[in-house]
Amino acid sequence: METNEGAVLSLQNFRKQFGSGCEKCADLDERHLQRNYCPNCRTTYACADLSLDLYGGEILGVVGESGSGKSTLLRCLYFDEEASSGEAFLQGYKSGQVNIFTETGQQKRYIRNYHLGMVYQNPYMGLRMSFSSIGNIAEKLIAAGGRSVDAMTGRAASLLHKVDIPPYRFLETPATFSGGMQQRVQIAKALSNNPPILLLDEITTGLDLSVQAKVLDLIKGIQRELRISMLVVSHDLAVIRMLAERTIVMLDGKIVEQGLTDQVLEDPQHPYTQKLVQSLL
Amino acid sequence: MNKYNFAFFDEQSKREIRRALLKAVAIPGYQVPFASREMPIARGWGTGGLQVMLAIVGKKDVIKVIDQGSDDSVNAVSIRKFIKQMTGVLETAETSEASIVQSRHRVPEVPLTGEQILILQVPIPEPLRETEQSELRAKRLHAEKEYSGVWLSLFEQIMKYGCTATGADHPTMVHERYVMSPSPIPRYDNRKLNDCAALILFGAGREKKIYALPPYTKVESLAFVDRPFVSESMHGKICRLCGAEGVFLDESVQAAGAGPFYECNDTGYCRQRQSSKSRLDRGEKSGD
Ligand SMILES: Nc1ncnc2c1ncn2[C@@H]1O[C@H](COP(=O)(O)OP(=O)(O)O)[C@@H](O)[C@H]1O
Ligand SMILES: [Mg+2]
Ligand SMILES: [Zn+2]
Repeated sequence: METNEGAVLSLQNFRKQFGSGCEKCADLDERHLQRNYCPNCRTTYACADLSLDLYGGEILGVVGESGSGKSTLLRCLYFDEEASSGEAFLQGYKSGQVNIFTETGQQKRYIRNYHLGMVYQNPYMGLRMSFSSIGNIAEKLIAAGGRSVDAMTGRAASLLHKVDIPPYRFLETPATFSGGMQQRVQIAKALSNNPPILLLDEITTGLDLSVQAKVLDLIKGIQRELRISMLVVSHDLAVIRMLAERTIVMLDGKIVEQGLTDQVLEDPQHPYTQKLVQSLL
Repeated sequence: MNKYNFAFFDEQSKREIRRALLKAVAIPGYQVPFASREMPIARGWGTGGLQVMLAIVGKKDVIKVIDQGSDDSVNAVSIRKFIKQMTGVLETAETSEASIVQSRHRVPEVPLTGEQILILQVPIPEPLRETEQSELRAKRLHAEKEYSGVWLSLFEQIMKYGCTATGADHPTMVHERYVMSPSPIPRYDNRKLNDCAALILFGAGREKKIYALPPYTKVESLAFVDRPFVSESMHGKICRLCGAEGVFLDESVQAAGAGPFYECNDTGYCRQRQSSKSRLDRGEKSGD
């Protein structure tokens, strides 16, 4: 298999399970599963054979309740966790001909440093809280081979400027920053190597509404300016509605509905989506 | 008269440490785990270096033990006394006379030869420690030659202090493969590791690691392209005891009014220069 035409990321039958599985649940037979869980062997199927395409320059929303497998999806794509099975192809990596899940550790690090940027829900996951903000951004530049201090501080400063961190705080540690600022530093870090794909996991959850709006505006601005493709994960339909052109609805590790965001919101087909939309109204 | 085996350890224990040493020599800069033993001195006081010493010392060896350049510090004296008690070997303060030098935090000023072995005591062998606390993950990073963490530490020092502030223990790239902590020697000593004629062994007792530089190994101090590696400046400073210039000097402050004065940090080197100078002053020929 390879990437579908126009897709910068193509995911096929991606599975992530916690546990070894048993003969009853291995084929994901719903009769033996309680939602995403097999009571027989205590295996959780966090992502149960997902397929999706992310197209150039688009924001694809992934929505679903807590535990539906959204973070696991991003963590596996960013190689924080190892996929159990399935394939993923990147248009920009080896012409989309190679399953990145089965590449070597070194290759995965390369993909992470050159092709992907990640913003975690919890800034403690994505930042070194005791290092300077500029150092946090340099980390990604160094990982991609940067060895010039001046070039890296220049790039880091311009990114921090872009996300509205005042210059006098560049050398301070993110530990002293507000939650909104920490998220903006994470975004600057994720952008540092001009990745074609950005992965965003609940980046406004836990922020005040006014701060949320500022971060969302920033994301929209970046997408318009840089045409980066983004996979935006949220349990919050309002966030999805504001950012995503297309949306995937997840439940128990599976995709239950997908389409243009407007369509999904106006005319939800799956009972679960209908419930979600109703709760938003 | 000695109720212990030669060199304190039983032969089996020595063999085990030697096996780790052989592996370390075969993979320059790679940290080899070893079963660090309980010693009659506290861990953190050079037990790693001492264990390496005891594993390799032979009856004909002449040993020198220094602590931060000094042969006379309590620590150096007690380690030396212990080795002598357990082996009966000769000791010396002159680097050129020693076949094995055990040192904490310095490489002697007198260039080492191919006949000699230098043992350095190591408190923290892992150069990735600051950015990766998990030993398992650090090991994987070494395997993949992924040293961003070390570079990040250096970068962060430049952000904080305007320069790489490694007073000592500035990380090195060994044989273009492994990043190695050179032990807390001053940056001034880093270049002595490069292409050194002697075998250099590193022992970390508390952390249970041994690593090595075989003779003539390439050792480069890490530096960004626009921030070259610089060692401590000894420019314009002279040892007030032996007149040496361009060696690693300790600075002391005198009574109010007078400026600071300098003395060789390597006391054995300094004393040797003083005695050959006084011989010259007395009109004797040097080198007799
Ligand atoms: N490390 C883990 N070990 C076991 N189960 C896990 C682990 N991580 C996640 N899970 C399970 O996988 C499912 C999906 O989790 P997650 O991806 O965090 O969901 P979401 O981000 O949508 O809230 C949940 O049932 C969760 O309990
Ligand atoms: Mg989540
Ligand atoms: Zn099962």
